[in-house]
Amino acid sequence: MPTVRFTQNIQRHVACPTLEVPGATVRELLNGYFSIHQQARGYVLDDQGRLRQHMAIFVDGAQLRDRDHLTDPVPAGAVVDLVQALSGGKHS
Amino acid sequence: MSTRCHVATKKGLFTLHCTSAGWSITQANYIGDNCTLVMHDPRDGALIAALNHGHFGVKMHRSRDGGATWTEIAAPKYPAKPADYVPKTPLEGKAADWSLKLVWALAPGGADEPGVLWCGTLPGGLFKSEDGGNSWELNRPLWDDPRREEWFGGGADHPGIHSICVDPRDSRHVSVGVSCGGVWNTRDGGKTWQLTGHGMRAEFMPPERQFEPNAQDPHMLAQGRANPDVFWVQHHNGIFRSTDAAATWTEITDVKPSVFGFAVAVHPGDSDTAWFVPALKDEKRYPKDGRVVVNRTRNGGRGFETLTRGLPQEHAYDLVYRHALDVDETGDRLAFGSTTGSLWLSEDSGDSWQTLSSHLPPIHAVRFEKS
Repeated sequence: MPTVRFTQNIQRHVACPTLEVPGATVRELLNGYFSIHQQARGYVLDDQGRLRQHMAIFVDGAQLRDRDHLTDPVPAGAVVDLVQALSGGKHS
Repeated sequence: MSTRCHVATKKGLFTLHCTSAGWSITQANYIGDNCTLVMHDPRDGALIAALNHGHFGVKMHRSRDGGATWTEIAAPKYPAKPADYVPKTPLEGKAADWSLKLVWALAPGGADEPGVLWCGTLPGGLFKSEDGGNSWELNRPLWDDPRREEWFGGGADHPGIHSICVDPRDSRHVSVGVSCGGVWNTRDGGKTWQLTGHGMRAEFMPPERQFEPNAQDPHMLAQGRANPDVFWVQHHNGIFRSTDAAATWTEITDVKPSVFGFAVAVHPGDSDTAWFVPALKDEKRYPKDGRVVVNRTRNGGRGFETLTRGLPQEHAYDLVYRHALDVDETGDRLAFGSTTGSLWLSEDSGDSWQTLSSHLPPIHAVRFEKS
């Protein structure tokens, strides 16, 4: 089962523990994760369900391609990292 | 008279308290986080803070104990954009993104509608909560008006609603200010909207479109409480006043040192008295000659006094944003804060000012607790 890991930087806003979650695509994986940790959804995805502009997702180290629909495949046993992009710092 | 004042800044939310020893910061929340707006609800004492975390989006938090503890509440969420949606008339060539960019206005509903809150946002959606902010719903009549698609950003990359005025006589009468999109009014609680910027003038438009109500850039809209038919606007290129509930507007010219600025506050007991914080227009945006001043009119804009006592008069480059000037419920106590972290307070309607801080983070909003 794939593992979902979050950046430490998000943890002070909302708890996002590392979890193993079933799913064949990033979308399925995140839907599973956010069904458990509902408040985290809005920190990662925007109103339309897209990856936030200044967030990044890596599947086994490869950057997500489909930021709008999150259809990138996730191999069984993959590690999916959710981190903040280095862009987007102007608000802080 | 208000004895507590909340200051939303780029690096946290600060609360000032007035005791017999004077004003001091007694509370600091969200240190290091961009707190873009704060609202105090006089009906139940709740505080609502809007945070923009950048990477992680815009969030809302509420305190029911004066700011001692906070709980995250729902942020306004735009509905799913229909897959076949085609914008009809986007002025800048592309449709608004149906996604929250900034909470730009927060206002409690009327005294007769507890729990109702209004929220203005970038990219132009007006949201309403009927449960104190636990949930929000986009006002579709305004969002679906084809003229909304003609709105455009003023300074920001997206258009937005920055001012919300609920008529103290009738909570169903709500007026909103839009940058850029003029002034809109509803008389039925948001079911139908009228565009009412007639008489406003926009120098930034081509000559034949300068009086187009939907192209106006009101920077801040404020309604009189003593006479709610009186509205004041600090506009991108001037000061405007209405005496017919925002239906028509008269431009007030020849105001020294400048007519440009962002903020306006109206005396709660005298709608002909209003305060402004002028700056050089419009691409430079600093106080003329490096002198921070407040302009006050007491006669409906026929004349202005330029108030300087206690304010820096050399090499001061403080800009005051639209939500960063407030007056309390007596009209005696005012406060304003600047982009360079200065915070000033007056106890005598602006005649003189004391510096409460000169080293806060950049200030977005200053709000007194009012009864």
